[in-house]
Amino acid sequence: MTDTKKSTRQVSVTPKTSVSVLFAGDSGDGMQLTGTQFANTVAVYGTELNTFPNFPSEIRAPAGTIAGVSGFQLQFSSKPVYTPGARFDVMIAMNSAALKANLKDLHRGGIIIAGTEGFDEKNLKLAGYPEGANPLEDGSLSNYILFPVPILQLTREALKDSGLSSKEIDRCKNMFVLGLLYWLYTLPLEGTFETLRAKFQKNVHMAEANIRAVKAGYFFGDETELFANLGRFDIAPQKQHGIYRRVTGNEACAIALTAASKKAGLKLFLGSYPITPATEILSTLAKKKKYGVKTFQAEDEIAGIVSSIGAAYGGALAATNTSGPGLALKTEALGLAVILELPLVVINVQRGGPSTGLPTKPEQSDLFMAMYGRHGEAPLPVIAASSPVDCFYSTYEAARIAVEHMTPVICLTDGYLALSSEPWKVESPDNLAPITPRFHLPRKAEDPPFLPYKRDDRLVRAWAIPGTKGLEHRIGGLEKQNETGNVSHDPQNHELMTKLRAEKIARIAESIPLQSIDNGPEKGDLLILGWGSSYGAIKTAVEQAIEKGYSVAHAHLRYIHPFPKNLGEILGNYKKILIPELNNGQLIHIIRDTFLIAPQGFTKVQGVPFNEMELLIKITDTIKELQS
Amino acid sequence: MTDTTTIPVLPVLIAKDFASDQEPKWCPGCGDHAVLQQLKNVLPELGIAPENIVFVSGIGCSSRLPYYIATYGVHGIHGRALPMATGLKVSRPELSVWVGTGDGDALSIGGNHFIHTLRRNPDLNVVLFNNEIYGLTKGQYSPTSKIGLRTVTSPSGVIDQPFNTAALTIGSGGSFFARAFDRDGKFLRSILKRAALHKGTSLVEIYQNCPIFNGGAFEAFASPDNKANNTVYLEQSKPLIFAKGKRGILLDGFQPIVVDLDKEGISSSDLWIHDETDINKASILAHFADEESLPRPFGVFYAKERITYEDALTAQISEAQKNGFGTFEELLKGDQSYEIKQA
Repeated sequence: MTDTKKSTRQVSVTPKTSVSVLFAGDSGDGMQLTGTQFANTVAVYGTELNTFPNFPSEIRAPAGTIAGVSGFQLQFSSKPVYTPGARFDVMIAMNSAALKANLKDLHRGGIIIAGTEGFDEKNLKLAGYPEGANPLEDGSLSNYILFPVPILQLTREALKDSGLSSKEIDRCKNMFVLGLLYWLYTLPLEGTFETLRAKFQKNVHMAEANIRAVKAGYFFGDETELFANLGRFDIAPQKQHGIYRRVTGNEACAIALTAASKKAGLKLFLGSYPITPATEILSTLAKKKKYGVKTFQAEDEIAGIVSSIGAAYGGALAATNTSGPGLALKTEALGLAVILELPLVVINVQRGGPSTGLPTKPEQSDLFMAMYGRHGEAPLPVIAASSPVDCFYSTYEAARIAVEHMTPVICLTDGYLALSSEPWKVESPDNLAPITPRFHLPRKAEDPPFLPYKRDDRLVRAWAIPGTKGLEHRIGGLEKQNETGNVSHDPQNHELMTKLRAEKIARIAESIPLQSIDNGPEKGDLLILGWGSSYGAIKTAVEQAIEKGYSVAHAHLRYIHPFPKNLGEILGNYKKILIPELNNGQLIHIIRDTFLIAPQGFTKVQGVPFNEMELLIKITDTIKELQS
Repeated sequence: MTDTTTIPVLPVLIAKDFASDQEPKWCPGCGDHAVLQQLKNVLPELGIAPENIVFVSGIGCSSRLPYYIATYGVHGIHGRALPMATGLKVSRPELSVWVGTGDGDALSIGGNHFIHTLRRNPDLNVVLFNNEIYGLTKGQYSPTSKIGLRTVTSPSGVIDQPFNTAALTIGSGGSFFARAFDRDGKFLRSILKRAALHKGTSLVEIYQNCPIFNGGAFEAFASPDNKANNTVYLEQSKPLIFAKGKRGILLDGFQPIVVDLDKEGISSSDLWIHDETDINKASILAHFADEESLPRPFGVFYAKERITYEDALTAQISEAQKNGFGTFEELLKGDQSYEIKQA
């Protein structure tokens, strides 16, 4: 095994708590792959980790341009991390465009490792630098620690007798970068070698060449004088003993649906139509046939949800996944699921809108649509995931509520959670909450008539699925008579049914956990009330604010409809409530409307997540206002 | 859950057993009553327990069908009966799933689902009530209304070319198409039974009279004289003969030609012999409707079984499970987990 703590020369190794790194290059430079492999290595090494890819919405934007820059950001740390870092400490810039596009988010004094070949005249021009200007040479980067490295040339030298074509050799340059970073952060190489051998099982030459490129990068760090002053760093592993896996939000949703079906003893059916950034839920589940999962790629968003309603009618755990424009198309069918009172999980991976909007960028702007976006009085439960790992627990909870309360449930995630990843300590099946479907038993001829809309004390009707003898019944989208389910246009009955449907959803508050305070005092000056993917940034900002001695707390909502029973009481314990949202202010309306209070909003609608620094500034300003 | 294959003996059921407790609310004289009656006649003949039959529908007069049949039934939203039925069939392949739909429901708002369902071929029995009008919304023209038809929304006459349901079905990759007539009960019953026995999506187009908003749309095929001269009934391996045996149809290349059989030199063996597995001939039959000189075909145009969507999916799942089912632990652990050893 390569002893990564030692080197041939005496270069110092400095312990560090956490580092945020950005791998950036042209979309053809393999930065997603490099970042992912680096993330896998630090995860297995045992540090805390949070990753976020950032790539263009075009599959192949023009090479060398700003539009074609693809990035992969990650933060790894000896203590828990909740974001990929508001800014990064280290930037790998494979070309001029990558540098130009990302420099604003590099910490002052941060490290730049620049591939010099990407800074030739052609690349500089494509990136829009003025003629004759080269940031690597003109001193404009004097506020940073700059390492120009001829990455391509060094890769070519290392692989010159590898037997690979020059095109294939050039493609290994990302592995050189990976090796160099492993040296810089004293990380082990073996895991990467194993991955490469497995990946190129059928092409040993390719595997060996990639491994050589990793080693070349590593030894370059070791041998060159370039890094002598900087030295190397060690981010000590911190994870507790256990089995872990790294999951993105989308993967976590897919695993959760399958897990819920196993726990409930139901078959899983997903009716879906591809849409960015939700598609990986469909593609991940399409690979879960071993678990009996049935996926149906429908002809459109409407067929996606309606096929799922058909499967739910048949007794399956049925789900559909989508993003904003797709949820808009599904709204009529959601109303049907509400009136049929069938279980259905709808995962909406929010993106910037309206219309096609910003397909690859996160936003929290579908909350109103999730809450109110149906014709008629059609309330349904809405819950929101707060982290990639929480996508598992929120989706699982959505399935539990859907099945146990016979209702469609919308689970909100977003493009940030969908693609971000974190290590997840693998859950044991026994630790997951039970999910108990209430199937109606067969009925004998002498039994009293079957009443499809007879309700229990939670106002939930039984699930009467085809194939059950004696329960043959007809239901539909027309208003139905209380209990019998027969078509009814009676005015009093319609009002009664409307109120019953609403009360059924309201009573779900009895079976969900009370709201807790994530961090900070239970009474105080300021409460930050968040929901969804802003969890990590709020968590980090509030931690820092508390360190500064401010009286600030953080509560994060998973259950938005119905709210936890104690939410009103919690909101009354602080002088001021601040609600940060990645929209133009939506939760704030619902909070005002429900509790008749006047919280303060803090919104951002830029297609990018909050970062902890802007939140900390807002918290600081708000506290100062309160004190003055 | 009862499986159709495990029921040892079924009680003998009759049409009445399939009548629900709801009184049909269609207008007097509506063709839908006749279709309902024939469905109730056919269902007992299938040997399937009522609890294993589901009727799914969309919106429109015809889509009220499930309420009147004493099986499971679900009345969905406009145009979406086919995907709902597909989702049900895919998740519960053992059920007998029927769809009641109309020309507006299936071919206008649900047009996209229509073509995609046919190409996927789930084992559904689709009964398409074609009255060439929107009845429930009181008489607007539909995607099958004839050019020139004056309605509340086409006061100067329809200018849209109508859909040809048969051509659309065959062109979409449908594995079964048949046409029947509401008032020809015995024949309708035989076609519905054929459709039920076909494994795959069976599309039955029923010319159904709407006496209120489009009365007489099918008069050309209704009275005994009209019926004899203007219709041809298709029978497998039999020549295409109509007009009480006096006329037949020859196929000259791709061109159908009406001939008098008593003319010298033409015998029934020279005529077009119906072959319901021949998609080219089915396409020509579909386009008889474009030519006024040709009789309108009724019966099974095309029937050729191919793998159903649910069987293909089930086969993929069995293949994925041949080395064992995935366990719950395996699911949560995934195939890229790693162990952190230090405390």
